[in-house]
Amino acid sequence: MTAIAPPAPARGGAFKFPGLRKLEQSLLVYRRVWRGTFFGTLVSPVLFLTAMGVALGSLVPNITAFGGVPYLVFLAPGIMSAQAMQTGTVEGSWPLFAGFKWLKTFDAMIATPITVRDIVLGHLYWLFVRLAIVTGVFMVVAFLFGAFRSPTFFLAWPSAILTGVAFGICMSAWTATRKTEQSFSIIFRFVVTPLFLFSGTFFPIEQLPETVRWIAWFTPLFHGVALTRSLAIGHDLDLLTLGIHLAVVLGMIAIGTFFAFKTFKKRLVI
Amino acid sequence: MPGPESATPLQAASGGVSGAAREPLIRARGLTKKFGTFVAVDAIDFDVAPGEAFGFLGPNGAGKTSTMRMIGAVSPRSGGDLSVLGTDPDKNGASIRARLGVVPQLDTLDTELTVLENLLIYGRYFDLSYAEARSRAMELLEFVQLNDRASSLVEPLSGGMKRRLTIARSLINEPDLLLLDEPTTGLDPQARHLVWDRLYRLKQRGTTLVLTTHYMDEAEQLCDRLVVMDKAKIVAEGSPRSLIEQYSTKEVLELRFPVGVQETLDGQLDGLGERVEKLPDRVLIYAADGEDVAAAAHERGLRPETSLVRRSSLEDVFLRLTGRSLIE
Amino acid sequence: MTGSAVTHVLPFGSRHSVHILERNRFIFRRGWMVIFSGFFEPLFYLLGIGFGLGSLIGTVAGPDGSQIPYAVFVAPALLATASMNGAVYDSTNMFFRLRYEKAYDGMLATPLNVGDIALGEVVWALGRGALYGLGFLAVMFAMGLVPSGMGIFALPASMLIGFATAAAGLVAVTFMRSWQDLDLLFVVTLPLFLFSGTFFPITTYPEPLRTIVEFSPLYRGVDLVRAMTTGVIGFTQLIDVLYLFAMGLLFVFIASRRMGKMLLK
Repeated sequence: MTAIAPPAPARGGAFKFPGLRKLEQSLLVYRRVWRGTFFGTLVSPVLFLTAMGVALGSLVPNITAFGGVPYLVFLAPGIMSAQAMQTGTVEGSWPLFAGFKWLKTFDAMIATPITVRDIVLGHLYWLFVRLAIVTGVFMVVAFLFGAFRSPTFFLAWPSAILTGVAFGICMSAWTATRKTEQSFSIIFRFVVTPLFLFSGTFFPIEQLPETVRWIAWFTPLFHGVALTRSLAIGHDLDLLTLGIHLAVVLGMIAIGTFFAFKTFKKRLVI
Repeated sequence: MPGPESATPLQAASGGVSGAAREPLIRARGLTKKFGTFVAVDAIDFDVAPGEAFGFLGPNGAGKTSTMRMIGAVSPRSGGDLSVLGTDPDKNGASIRARLGVVPQLDTLDTELTVLENLLIYGRYFDLSYAEARSRAMELLEFVQLNDRASSLVEPLSGGMKRRLTIARSLINEPDLLLLDEPTTGLDPQARHLVWDRLYRLKQRGTTLVLTTHYMDEAEQLCDRLVVMDKAKIVAEGSPRSLIEQYSTKEVLELRFPVGVQETLDGQLDGLGERVEKLPDRVLIYAADGEDVAAAAHERGLRPETSLVRRSSLEDVFLRLTGRSLIE
Repeated sequence: MTGSAVTHVLPFGSRHSVHILERNRFIFRRGWMVIFSGFFEPLFYLLGIGFGLGSLIGTVAGPDGSQIPYAVFVAPALLATASMNGAVYDSTNMFFRLRYEKAYDGMLATPLNVGDIALGEVVWALGRGALYGLGFLAVMFAMGLVPSGMGIFALPASMLIGFATAAAGLVAVTFMRSWQDLDLLFVVTLPLFLFSGTFFPITTYPEPLRTIVEFSPLYRGVDLVRAMTTGVIGFTQLIDVLYLFAMGLLFVFIASRRMGKMLLK
């Protein structure tokens, strides 16, 4: 070591690409803990597809209700979207809350040139990366199960990523307002689980009683599942419907990010 | 200058000498604790008399906490004999613990409960009735000045408040013997003084206190008698005053030199005072009269940056006994 | 080694264990919503999978081989699973108490022994399982999913599952070092949930696999509860009961040993 670096000129906290430092930190952590997430990422889709898609699917006597495709083919994109939702929501809850409260990672960050904006954007990027991994692995597994047959199936990948990010960023915005972690399990039980079960994941929403069916249209996972499934199966590629589904998911990301800026700032700049 | 043997009146007053007349509350002979091959406590002997405030003084890792846990009947000993409240903690743990109050080194408060609930349920662990537990809890909250936080959860409390709550909790069963493991470590000065004041009141009421500390001032404030531990062994025993008189001088002259100068002083300090200790950042000279030595040093042409005369303390005793300072 | 920690590690606790229940009741008063909400999880599954998907499946082979509506088949399995999940959730709480909160260390400074804590926690989990069982069973009766009057015995059956799995969960958490390790519980419970004859009869499996599944504790629980609600009861149910009871006792014993090692160093 010969030269001592001259002090960098003050840049008012603005990085050229906001959020990249925060993303770097997330990736660094992930490099250490990815083995722990391995089960959720790879094994649980295999288990779900085997149990529900193959074994339970063998009990389905008539596939017309499932768009005329084998139950496994119907189920796979549904589970993929639901898994994306779950992963996104988890990433927006406990690990994020730890950064606010238990580990105080974010307090440490804003003591450096990193700004709240960097933290929000970095977290958003991280959600994209994490979901790309989770849904990407799922794609491969489902493909090997023979669940994907349409030439457009690879378009289901970005669709599932967006679905997961939409839930992740909205949950993150909310998590920043929480003082304790108590309510997370309530969210999972009363929001995530019902969405998982009633958004067309396991059966078409036409099976729901007519009086409650319209509610599904207002549940964000329904749109994510519908979009992912249409692309994966390659049926019903009606551009208007697909456009509506996509708009709902993108709208959620936009709104979630907008509020995340507000709630993160309120939490960290005090 | 009084010799060490004349320093015993305090010991006598606190029961150290008259121990033959009164059965000690704690008696340890050859007490040993091993973790695998590591010896944490190496065959130590001590007695604690009823009503006494007894201290274990020593640096981190000296074996204080291991000793306390054995006394508290939560850690089986590896060798030697130990009697607490007249019985063997390895055999009658539950009945001993029923009469102990314990303030562990790290707070073991129930963070899922509120301040008041912590005291209530702790009372129940000792089989107090709810009514009894509640009335004692109220009294104790008053005693440690936490009554306005009764329904707060534990987590948001400051370190000092948690410590006071732990002390209140340890008193819920009106213990005969209170074990305090580093009761004020990590507290700010104000909180420390409040804790000391409360412990002093307990002592006045006749509660037997056993505490560990690595703070000299704490030991001097609270302890009638103490043992100095280092590397799993007891290296000295006595009252704070007698230890200072036995192992140190009345005064200490502290000299601080500009950076780099201290290393060049070879020989120039010889003969000053009774003893010279060189620490990394300063030189300590032990003498009956610090001012005299300061003048002598000046005559020798020594020009320290600062020079301070102070009373000798247990810190100096420890330095003398182990050659190391207490808090590194 | 003089003496021993024997008195400390009485494996099955004493009357003092009741204080652990009192302690948990304090928490329940504030956090009842979390516990209460656990009741809804099986209900959602029942509506979604049992009825929603079930309407497209129709009937499946029940315990005696005769065809029964899919919801009647799935409901008892969801009850059994809820008992297991509730117990596992409780053991994650115990993990935080054991590793991070040090609340157990505080308890051990009192006349309480490790066995008291282990037993108290497991009994608490048991009571909680009873609560869930009662609620869900009432829903099942109301929806006409319990063809047999023997169905009321599904309640003690679900408590037995809670007891066995809570004890096992407690042993598991004594081996865990960080909260990341808690995911390992999920590694065990998810396959159990999916493959223990919950959603489809184990006759769907090829032979060697079926025998393996028959050793799974949740399969024994599902088998027991389903036998009660459908009224098809036989010798196998005796095996179920003995299996779960022995498992619970064994793991409470191991748990107190393990906790003793951890807490009484």
